[in-house]
Amino acid sequence: MSKNQFNYVNLLLIMLVVLITVFPLVYVKGADFGGADGKAQEAIIELHPEYKPWFNNIWETPSGEVESLLFTLQGAMGAGFVCYYLGYLRGKKSQKECKPDAPN
Amino acid sequence: MTARKQYRMLGIYAFLVTSLALPDAAYAMHIMEGFLPRQWCLLWIIITLPFFIIGLRSIRRTVTLNPRLKMLLAFAGAFAFALSALKIPSVTGSCSHPTGVGLGAILFGPAAMSVLGSIVLIFQALLLAHGGITTIGANAFSMAVVGPFIAYGVYKGAMRLNLPRWLAVFGAAMLGNLTTYITTSLQLALAFPDVNGGIALSFAKFTTIFAFTQVPLAISEGLLTLLIFNLIYTYSKDDLIQLSVIPQEVSTHEQESV
Repeated sequence: MSKNQFNYVNLLLIMLVVLITVFPLVYVKGADFGGADGKAQEAIIELHPEYKPWFNNIWETPSGEVESLLFTLQGAMGAGFVCYYLGYLRGKKSQKECKPDAPN
Repeated sequence: MTARKQYRMLGIYAFLVTSLALPDAAYAMHIMEGFLPRQWCLLWIIITLPFFIIGLRSIRRTVTLNPRLKMLLAFAGAFAFALSALKIPSVTGSCSHPTGVGLGAILFGPAAMSVLGSIVLIFQALLLAHGGITTIGANAFSMAVVGPFIAYGVYKGAMRLNLPRWLAVFGAAMLGNLTTYITTSLQLALAFPDVNGGIALSFAKFTTIFAFTQVPLAISEGLLTLLIFNLIYTYSKDDLIQLSVIPQEVSTHEQESV
């Protein structure tokens, strides 16, 4: 597979993920897109109305904004390292190709 | 060799535990704080602990053998970290998120991911009020034990059957994701059996509410894992060979077919 073909495959993978994600937003009407864990909570209460949660989260995010901050932080830190490492690998490889004798 | 033996034993252990009852469907997200009775919280922590300990040993072994792989290990952790932050809309009109543990399981084996997956869960439970500290054992069992073991098993099985590598990677990540959520609904069904229909009916309820939520996400996770695997394959094939993810001698034709 040539380098260009390879990039084409990766691009296709990314486009597929975007399509799968956007599809429900466009075609599922009247949905609230809430968390599925909240629905699980409802199901538990329905099955066992007498059940009382016996422990609360030690710390609740004060608002949706703060929660989105933390989720963004989590995603950004993860993606940051993923991309840093991929860049590192790429640089290392191109250097090795320039100097075939260089050690790993 | 010893590592392989340990994996096999853990595999049997996991199979025995999960085969208590296992119908077919999918479910979404982690069990919320306080929403699992005490005895179940304790039980799942006890069940998960040996995997965690063997995972720590497995990581130490990998890193001692080749310190250079530390970076790749952190990379697998970062991938799971990033992916589990993405709450993605699904066809059922609700949201759930991928787990991202399939990649690490393919690269480092399932036990190592028991540790990395648990770290992600602890972060989410403490800082994001997502999942919980009391339910950490149950959530770690589904996401950091069952998911990685299924992913690892699917990858190795598919490679043994000489299936194309892209299919092996995609299938491993996708099924790892799906079985994580099947396990979650089983855990909820065991703790909250239906008053009349028992565990089976309760399991059916939990799964049917969410049956289709996880499927598109599992496909997305499979595709993203394949993308990242492709990039590692392009830039750092030596590491994959060293970790026995791909065989030592790859023909030119096979190199090109990933």
